[in-house]
Amino acid sequence: MKNPSLPVTETPMSQGAADALARAGFSRRTFIKGTGAMIVSFSMGGALGTVEAQTRVGAFGLDAAPDSPPANEVDSWIAIASDSSVTAYTGKEELGQGMSTAQMQLVAEELCVPFHRVNLIVADTSLTPDQGVTSGSQSHPTNFNHGNLAGACATAREALLQLGSKHLNIPADQLVAIDATIRSKSDPSKKVAYADLVAGKKFDIKVDPAAKRKPASEWTVLGKPIGRPDMPAMATGTFEYAHNVRVPGMLHGMVIRPSAVGANLMNVDESSVSGMPGFVKVVVKKNFVGVVAEKNWQAVQIARALNVTWSPAPELPKQETFYDHLRNQKPTRDTLLVNSKDVEQRLAEAATVLKATYYHPYQMHGSVGSSCAVADVQGDKATVWSPTQGVWHQRSTLAMLLGLMPENVRVIFRRGSGCYGINGADAVTYDAALLSQAVGKPVRVQLTRKDEMAWENYGFAFVMDERAGLDAQGNIIAWDHEAWSPVLGNRPVYTYPGNVITGFLAGFQPEEFRPRSPAPEPASFSNNSNAIPSYVVGHVGGADHGAGTIKSERALLHNVVSPFWTGPLRSPQRLQNTFAHESFMDELAARAKADPVEFRLRHLSEPRMVDVVKAAAKAANWNARPSPKPRATSAAGIASGRGISCVAYEGDNGYAAMVAEVEVELATGKITVKRLVVANDAGPISNPDGLRNQCEGGALQGLSRALGEEVTWDDHNVTSIDWRTYHSLPVGFAVPKIEIVLLNRPDEPASGAGETAITVVAGAIGNAIFDATGARIRQVPFTPERIKAALAG
Amino acid sequence: MSLLSLKVNGKTHSFDGDPTTPLLYVLSDDLGLRGPKFGCGLGQCGSCTVLVKGQAVRSCITAVESVQGVEIITLEGLGTIDKPHPIQKAFIEEQAAQCGYCLNGVILTAKAFLDKNPKATEKEIQEGMSRVLCRCFTHTRMLRAIGRAKQEMAR
Repeated sequence: MKNPSLPVTETPMSQGAADALARAGFSRRTFIKGTGAMIVSFSMGGALGTVEAQTRVGAFGLDAAPDSPPANEVDSWIAIASDSSVTAYTGKEELGQGMSTAQMQLVAEELCVPFHRVNLIVADTSLTPDQGVTSGSQSHPTNFNHGNLAGACATAREALLQLGSKHLNIPADQLVAIDATIRSKSDPSKKVAYADLVAGKKFDIKVDPAAKRKPASEWTVLGKPIGRPDMPAMATGTFEYAHNVRVPGMLHGMVIRPSAVGANLMNVDESSVSGMPGFVKVVVKKNFVGVVAEKNWQAVQIARALNVTWSPAPELPKQETFYDHLRNQKPTRDTLLVNSKDVEQRLAEAATVLKATYYHPYQMHGSVGSSCAVADVQGDKATVWSPTQGVWHQRSTLAMLLGLMPENVRVIFRRGSGCYGINGADAVTYDAALLSQAVGKPVRVQLTRKDEMAWENYGFAFVMDERAGLDAQGNIIAWDHEAWSPVLGNRPVYTYPGNVITGFLAGFQPEEFRPRSPAPEPASFSNNSNAIPSYVVGHVGGADHGAGTIKSERALLHNVVSPFWTGPLRSPQRLQNTFAHESFMDELAARAKADPVEFRLRHLSEPRMVDVVKAAAKAANWNARPSPKPRATSAAGIASGRGISCVAYEGDNGYAAMVAEVEVELATGKITVKRLVVANDAGPISNPDGLRNQCEGGALQGLSRALGEEVTWDDHNVTSIDWRTYHSLPVGFAVPKIEIVLLNRPDEPASGAGETAITVVAGAIGNAIFDATGARIRQVPFTPERIKAALAG
Repeated sequence: MSLLSLKVNGKTHSFDGDPTTPLLYVLSDDLGLRGPKFGCGLGQCGSCTVLVKGQAVRSCITAVESVQGVEIITLEGLGTIDKPHPIQKAFIEEQAAQCGYCLNGVILTAKAFLDKNPKATEKEIQEGMSRVLCRCFTHTRMLRAIGRAKQEMAR
């Protein structure tokens, strides 16, 4: 069914957005919908209805929602106001990484307006183009290369030059855009302000992929360490997070999660709380249970007091033997990334064959603030203020959950506590919306610490087998990687509310696990989250796509069903795979009695990888020699060492190398990281201070994950439920010296920058521990017990 | 229910409700303050920190009745965008945040610590911040900002 052209649904707009639009010269932004397939309605009659709804929405799959502001129209991205200030619209959110600042720099640069005259509207389904999810180190490449926001700005500048040419009666090639005016190159007095050309009007043109971008050599705003405009408000406690959104008439909700993983709701005794102060309602939908109260603290007390009975649940797999369980679990979904089909033969010919297995636990996002959202569902319309990473997937899945038309649901992004991937943001938005729908009033929900930690979508556990052969000269001639990893759920994407806990409890299934074994041969190249080691050629479809020189290669992944929810956690899979590859590369170097830096360079073909490895080694004043270091333990029983690790993030989306210097207290197994040196290449540097901040934070977050973070569980429940049972390094730990070397590549495409540094930390530290002690640690986190066991090894 | 008097950021407010309500809920929900934030509700992370008579106190586990009548300062009471406190200024100058959610606890904990230990060494500052979490791991910048604030506040 074709949908008619209609203006966007009238829903209340945030004051900030309304002000921005008013400044931009619009009283109201309206959009003409596209003509794609339109979702008609959802039958919510149980599982069948769910499937039907999913199938229909699936008609446009992962494409942009049909009624989103079209990405190929300049007006979807840019509006110029009567004072020549610019309002830009982006689907890429500010998750705390400085992306809004960088995007404002981009707009200011390409449109030749001062930075402070750019206003940015971020991720609102009624206002901004559908740019999917803000994740996967994709914001920089997506909006800073030649399409989307960058392309729209460049097209707009060219259009302004043409309009200025007409207005001034001067050929466009004799004009220049400066300070929100078009002026003559030869006579600066001949000029016209942007506002006099377009204010309040639409450009009404398509984004031109050929529009000329400003070369980096001419940048005056991009490439500069501009401070974040949100910083003063954050430091003075006035910034509005999702947690601070207050709507007139707003009530407060809390949810009650199952007593055990897999437990079903048996009974809810409303009379246990109905007399409590502020009580409004108990809400039940299948296994979803929540309460609504007039005040927040009342809701907390009512949720604690509510008498709920759950069914017994099956036992969880034992944590002690979980990695064996993973390796043996059936069925599997197998994916083959590269396969030269000669690995066994080459290994048989090798002078030396090395094998090792690496283990990585489930880890959590563990946002410092538990997730929070506000929803206002009244009748057939809903507005939510959500810290979700994907307002559009939140919108379509929330519509499914509430039984509303997606176009009647508006999702407005508000920053939450740093998420690093899919924390509780999507789930809590569903929580608030379900409760709001039940009471017909706006409801705010903030999860408890335990509910945030026990039910989030964890970063993937991994078991990784590595095998490689060395020839007589100590060169690697074949590399085989085989891994097992459990999955359940994901981001909600566009059609799967059941991919996170609330949607599942309310009756939706997660994405179906589709067994497949054996894996088909790779038809096209995919780095598949760095499953492919950096040192192989990555030969698929008649061409080499890898960063290395090893021709005999195989990389195979087995996914199995996870007992816990899983989803992307900063550098998902890339971090785990890279830990294994980089540790194993170090084991190979040691066996070949080669210096770990020289050994890496010998097997790399990608020049940008070579450069980051060299830059990190140089900055660290790397002492070239094989590991381990000739034993030189101090009198205090402390051994010190250094290690290196590197990654071509996703194969070609950013490059990083790290040198770690550590001390190991031999009697206790305690690790102190003294120094981390990071070399990073993210293409052209949009904001060097922002990039440094990302590298520093990534390095320390990686350190915390490498040394202490691990989700634990007992027979029925996750037992990592607070900061005593999940170990994050506090602000005041013995913070190592961190040095960041930024490699600027003005002529390369923009690439990811938020996940490169974190990816190489565990490898660098593990390799430094080996250098210091000769003991190899193959399981994250590197707890003192595990270090001691390795030392005793 | 009882009527309590609260002195927050120099103003007196009355609170009519459950006297065992944690202070955080009163500040956030009744007074609409954005500085103190719910992080864990267990006093473990520091996000909810306020200054009570100059001491850093975790408002998520502090009953409102226990602080009636005494001076409470929140992050927004410390300074403003136009007139930030030296420690807020130091954090802005060092760009010492990513998501910024934990900043409330980091800044107020450091402020209370520096007031008591104006000549603290780096190691002592580290110890003073050992019960505060930042999950974006902006630690190096934060510690640098605290060092800068120490010098500024000593003037």
